[in-house]
Amino acid sequence: MREMIKMVVVLTVLSTLSGGLLAAIQSSTQERIDSQVLKFVKGPAIQKILEGATNNPVSDRFAVPVGEEEKNFFVGVYEGKPEVVAFETKGSGYGGDVGVMVAVNVKTGKIHGVSVTTHNETPGVGARVETHEDFKKQFKGVPIGTETKVKKDGGEITAMSGATLTSRAVCTAVRRAGDLYGKLEPQIKEKLSTFSG
Amino acid sequence: MAKTLAQEFSKGLWEELPPFRLVLGLCPTLAVTKSVENGLGMGIATTFVLVCSNLLVSLLRNVIPAKIRIACYIIIIATFVTVVELLMQAYAYPLYLELGIFIPLIVVNCIVLGRAEAFASKNTPVYSVADGLGIGVGFTLSLGALGAVREVLGEGTFYGMQVFGSSFEPFTFMVEAPGAFVCLGLMLCLINLAGNR
Repeated sequence: MREMIKMVVVLTVLSTLSGGLLAAIQSSTQERIDSQVLKFVKGPAIQKILEGATNNPVSDRFAVPVGEEEKNFFVGVYEGKPEVVAFETKGSGYGGDVGVMVAVNVKTGKIHGVSVTTHNETPGVGARVETHEDFKKQFKGVPIGTETKVKKDGGEITAMSGATLTSRAVCTAVRRAGDLYGKLEPQIKEKLSTFSG
Repeated sequence: MAKTLAQEFSKGLWEELPPFRLVLGLCPTLAVTKSVENGLGMGIATTFVLVCSNLLVSLLRNVIPAKIRIACYIIIIATFVTVVELLMQAYAYPLYLELGIFIPLIVVNCIVLGRAEAFASKNTPVYSVADGLGIGVGFTLSLGALGAVREVLGEGTFYGMQVFGSSFEPFTFMVEAPGAFVCLGLMLCLINLAGNR
């Protein structure tokens, strides 16, 4: 009996201490990790979909509160006018969430482009979404808020062959972007007007 | 047969050189040694985990009940692996992207658990740290060497620098998975030849 108690106590104490240590390190590195992700993962994705913008979309950003969190919006300036905002949404794919950066032209209400940020999809199958430009091009020019779906589900988007789940995840993320944009449109436009070209 | 501190350290560099003499820890050895940088990065991460877990296991060796020692070791090792993962995300994000899943997999690296069970649980903290450091440095150098051979042959570069003229046709096979086996086999063969003399 005494041995039993000792085992339980040792394991409990050890786990508690480990948990505490990890929580401390997690909270002290969180900010740095976020900035690294912004620099190495989201940054390139933003640069790619806002190609041709005359400003630096990664540093020109604003935040809008959504529920309890804040959502970052990245601004693209074209021909002197801040017209495009890019923001990230998620759809659930084959290996967890697929992060999709969706850029919307505020004036026309159409999608300017989509790009994938973080994912855990199978290499060579779902992971092709990173480089599969023909797939992502289909979203360009689609009015934001459209029910984007793959053809199998009765929509307009041709899925990547063999990667229906990943294609669906991107469609879901774009739909969610539509919902979010619909909800926040006034705030986004207001914040955008403070950016001069 | 008490060994000196220096002997405990140096045995990891030749006598018990992990991938080549003990043929342990082959999963990361084969998977991440596409380049010198990846190999060294993986080695350093593993060394950190080895030294910290050896130290802690050794300090707690009289507290941990024998029946649940493996569970305790795994908690300790997993904690330090997560620490490494967080720190790498915060300070070496590109390397983290390259190594990906193989960082969390250090938890199941049999070298780490092997040293905890076979050495640290029976020796004093100072000796355990020397042992962990020796094995870790040996592992790092082995991965670096394997990475160097594969990178030079497969990419024509060393640590990202061009070593051959532009006329060199890279032997791409070497940086792919089968090349890892061939390369490891040849190096094992050479090291055994040298060791048997």
